[in-house]
Amino acid sequence: MNAEVAAATAAPEKKEFWRWQENTWFDETKNWKDAKIITCGIDVGSVSSQAVLVCDGELFGYNSMRTGNNSPDSAKNALQGIMDKIGMKLEDINYVVGTGYGRVNVPFAHKAITEIACHARGANYMGGNKVRTILDMGGQDCKAIHCDDKGKVTNFLMNDKCAAGTGRGMEVISDLMQIPIAELGPRSFDVDVEPEAVSSICVVFAKSEALALLKAGYTKNKVIAAYCQAMAERVVSLLERIGVEEGFFITGGIAKNPGVVKRIEKLLGIKQLETKIDSQIAGALGAALFGYTLMQKQAAK
Amino acid sequence: MIANYGYKDGSGEYYISIDTDKCIDCAAERACLKACPQQMFEIITDDYDDEVAWVKKEKTRALAYDCAACKPAGGYTSLPCTSACTPGAIKHSW
Repeated sequence: MNAEVAAATAAPEKKEFWRWQENTWFDETKNWKDAKIITCGIDVGSVSSQAVLVCDGELFGYNSMRTGNNSPDSAKNALQGIMDKIGMKLEDINYVVGTGYGRVNVPFAHKAITEIACHARGANYMGGNKVRTILDMGGQDCKAIHCDDKGKVTNFLMNDKCAAGTGRGMEVISDLMQIPIAELGPRSFDVDVEPEAVSSICVVFAKSEALALLKAGYTKNKVIAAYCQAMAERVVSLLERIGVEEGFFITGGIAKNPGVVKRIEKLLGIKQLETKIDSQIAGALGAALFGYTLMQKQAAK
Repeated sequence: MIANYGYKDGSGEYYISIDTDKCIDCAAERACLKACPQQMFEIITDDYDDEVAWVKKEKTRALAYDCAACKPAGGYTSLPCTSACTPGAIKHSW
């Protein structure tokens, strides 16, 4: 048994390699107290939860964290995380929209909207009105979405039957390889020759296959590259079903993994539109923007 | 909007597509609801406040099995849902 196989099959260390960076940000150049309308979007996903605050239609701040075993608590904690930083209370927020897998379990939400519509709306804000094709690589599902120049969905396809091509699949590989999840992407390029993609279409089998590759003498980096390629191929086949138009944009946690993103771009022959905003908050941002539009409509009546 | 409900796995692609633009002003009075022997469809108000048909959430992961009885092997020459949907909003991918 080589050293890398031994390390991968040995009793796991207590270190949680899959644990991604939780993140809080707010615009320090602005004061939320100056805003006329404050709306909030809460995206309770299967793996991560985000709370986004929008002041008068502009992104003001967000908090992104791991979803716990209770959706209402995850929603509360996500929002509390950003409100504590800026001295805001729930009463200061005019409208709250819940989205994501646990959207109906956001206790203080005024409305629930599907993550499909919210990701399209969020991507439209983050990538601009040129965004037409969105790939949302979530924690446990993957969605291909087409939208118009206003971010309204025109076509969508979701694969939530298995975790292949999702963030959870990447977490599994991170733990198996005992490499921090943020390092997987960069390390996947550190190979002499690009390996064949892992062939298994199931995360559980892919895990076995990754171990078999280590046993066959693959380096960890080569196994990661094979896995990133497999993820890219799976989501591209999903995208091809609805077609890819110019104005391509990736949302979700996997958008932060260059090992997967670059391989998707190569397979599609198209570069994704860039943004400076955290791709993981797209759904919650879209939800908050929906809330803002609803408030504006109410005010106009 | 074209809404695709279903999945892809090792055995193939199983999606029911609903063109909600055709579905909104249904000329068949939501006949799909009664036509489907498996009662796959229900009417919902979507994110854009339109009343449209969709495939029930619990049915989307079992389309290959639930729809099998209505395929040619089940003795049907055409799918009951697509025949009943005169606006032509419903399509099957397989």
